[in-house]
This record gives sequence, C-alpha cells and structure tokens, in this order.
Amino acid sequence: MYSFDIQRPTSVGDAVAALGTDEALPLGGGQTLIPTLKQRLSAPSVLVSLSGIAEMKGVCTGDDGALCIGGGTTHATVAKEASVYPGLAALAGNIGDPAVRNRGTIGGSLANNDPSACYPAAALGSGATIVTNTRSIAADDYFQGMFATALNEGEIITEVRFPVPEKSAYMKFEQPASRFALVGVFVAKYADGVRVAVTGASEEGVFRWTEAEAALSSNFSADAVPAAPSGDGMISDLHGSGAYRAHLVAVMTKRAVAAAS
Amino acid sequence: MTKVTMTVNGKSVSGEVKGNTLLTEFLRDGLRLTGTHVGCDTSQCGACVVHVNGEAVKSCTMFAAEADGSEVKTIEGMANADGSLNVIQQAFQDYHGLQCGFCTPGMVMSAAALLKDNPKPTEAEVRDYLEGNICRCTGYHNIVRAIMAASGQDVPAVAAE
Repeated sequence: MYSFDIQRPTSVGDAVAALGTDEALPLGGGQTLIPTLKQRLSAPSVLVSLSGIAEMKGVCTGDDGALCIGGGTTHATVAKEASVYPGLAALAGNIGDPAVRNRGTIGGSLANNDPSACYPAAALGSGATIVTNTRSIAADDYFQGMFATALNEGEIITEVRFPVPEKSAYMKFEQPASRFALVGVFVAKYADGVRVAVTGASEEGVFRWTEAEAALSSNFSADAVPAAPSGDGMISDLHGSGAYRAHLVAVMTKRAVAAAS
Repeated sequence: MTKVTMTVNGKSVSGEVKGNTLLTEFLRDGLRLTGTHVGCDTSQCGACVVHVNGEAVKSCTMFAAEADGSEVKTIEGMANADGSLNVIQQAFQDYHGLQCGFCTPGMVMSAAALLKDNPKPTEAEVRDYLEGNICRCTGYHNIVRAIMAASGQDVPAVAAE
C-alpha cells in the first residue's frame, strides 16, 4: 500500500469535513477498498474511516413503515435485524463469508456499486431511497453503470430506506470460486406492482428487467416469467458468455418468484 | 503515526501505527503475537481471523487504527486459564483437524465465533460458516468433525460423501 493518514471521525459532520481535503477517500468496512489499496490501485492521502460513526449504524422502522438501515450497518447486522424484510435479511446473510459480513457495510457496497454485488439488486428491486449527508436519491436515479453512482465527491450514504414488500426473494447464482453473483435477481412484490432487479449480468451494472416486471405484476407466478432477455450487452468473460448470463437471468427470476415469501 | 490502545487477550496494549498498518501487522510485528497467520493477504483464506469486540474479522483486511479502543482476541488468548487447550483446540487435536496447521488459528477462531452464536450447529451449518476459511491441505472433513465434537454433538464417522 502507498502511505496515507487515517482519520476516524465520530460524526457525519466531522467525516464530511475530513473528506473536504484533496485526495481523501471514505472507508466503509474496507472489504473491497483495502484489497484495492493493497494492489496500489488507489492512492488517497487521507482515508476517512466511517466505522466510528454511531449515528450511521443500526436498523429501524420509519414512520412510513419503511425499513431504515444506517449506511454504516454491517451485512451481519442487517441479516440479524432486518427480519421485517426477510428477502433483504437473507440477501445480507449470504454476502461474502461470515468475517466479511462482520465488516462490510451497506453504504460501502452501494457506494462502490460493483456490477456483481448483491445490495444494488435489493436497493433497485425495492425502489429504495439512498439518503446522503446532503439529499435523498431514488434508487432508479442512483445507479449509473458499473462502479458509477449519483454520489458526488465526498458525499456519504448515511441511510438507506427500503419500502417493505408483500413478498420478496433474492436468488444468486454464485461464481463458484469468488462466490460473487454470476447473476443475481431480486424480486419484490408490492401492492402497486412487482419490481425485478438483476445484478452480475449487464455491462451497464444493475438493471430492472421491465418485461418481467410487467408480466409478474399481472400474474405473480414462475410460469409468467418471460423468455430470457437478449444476451447483447451482457457481461461475457471466462466464467460465462453473455447468452449464458441472459439465460440465468430468466432462471434466477423464476426461482426468486417461486421462493418469494 | 497514530497512537492506538486496545485490549488484546485481556491485556491493555498500545503502540504507534501508520495509517496503512493492518491489524494483522500490529498483532504480529508489533505485539509478536505470531499465531495469527497471513495466508493470502487478500481476505480470502481466513488464516488471519481474530475476534474484534466478539466478532470474527479478517485482520488482514482491517486497519489497526480502526481497532483503537476495541477488545481483540487472538489464538493466543484461546487456551484455558491453566494453559490447557480449550474445548475447540482439544477437539482439533483429538479429531486430527489439522495437517500442516497453517490455517488452524483462523479455523479455531471462526469455529469459536460460530459456536458462540449457534452452540449446536448442523454439519451443513459448520461447512457454510467456514466458507471464508481455506485449508490448503483440504483437510476439511476432520475440521468439521472437530467442530461437531467441540459442540458436544455426535461426530459423523464419515464426515462427507
């Protein structure tokens, strides 16, 4: 690693101030950023650790019934405490491995927006709201392609608000070595319609499969899932071709609908 | 340099660390607690697992500065007060849950974290929990048997098919 200073503020305000310096980077749980630093792919002068900010941690239910999760909440905590939203709790409990889940955070995952990460599918598939230190961003506006988001420099995800669906499930086809999602599909059935979000598959990062949403909104059953989308624009690499991933999108969607509870 | 103070295996320790000093470096190089191993240094193998505030973490993927004020437990703190092996360590010996032994500290720390939350895990739960601990000798069957024994459950004669 290149050398850098590390700061550990205890409030969002202090963290924002610390991030105002040149070449400062926020550090969530570090489960992606620390390996990146080790490879010298990133060279901050200051790392601003968010792990000491108590106000960014925890799970609660808001006045509107939405599940509110602090941006610094670990996957393990979400898995344990988000029981009102079982599809989301199950997703959190299957990210990485137990030790990674004890450090990695929802805010860090969403800010990084890895094209194979699980949380982006849950946020987009739930129509969640990403709350930062300056504003609220709808999930539909937030994800802007692989590793790209609507966040500005120095902006911190303080909370994520999930409307709780009637039924939901996440199905992940794991790449067997890394256990990242080769394709992951999050399905959530709300009173006003069904949302289907796909991670791992597209060159554009997480996306909504709108054809499936339309079909499932009128008939929420695995049989109603349309034929697989086109493989054009799907990730094609040594783990699988674009056509293979497209096929998996339909398979995982069916499994998610069948498993939804 | 930043001064950090933490409790490691019940003792208060402090030291000066750089921003990029990993917890594992502080433990091994700073405190000479070399029982915590560095296998892959890429947060995949789990040989470096320690407990921070009671939770299993990969100490190669956490900065020492982030453990400031924490309670840390390493493999050196696992033995019983009289120095004898604790129930998990003893089970690893009894069931030959190690071959070269390099992954063992992380395996024991992960096993302890599992049994704290889930005192009577099924064999499948043990295997699932050890997802982030890699044994290069591929000695998983006896590791799983040792953890089943440590939890006071029947140990399958043949651990897996």
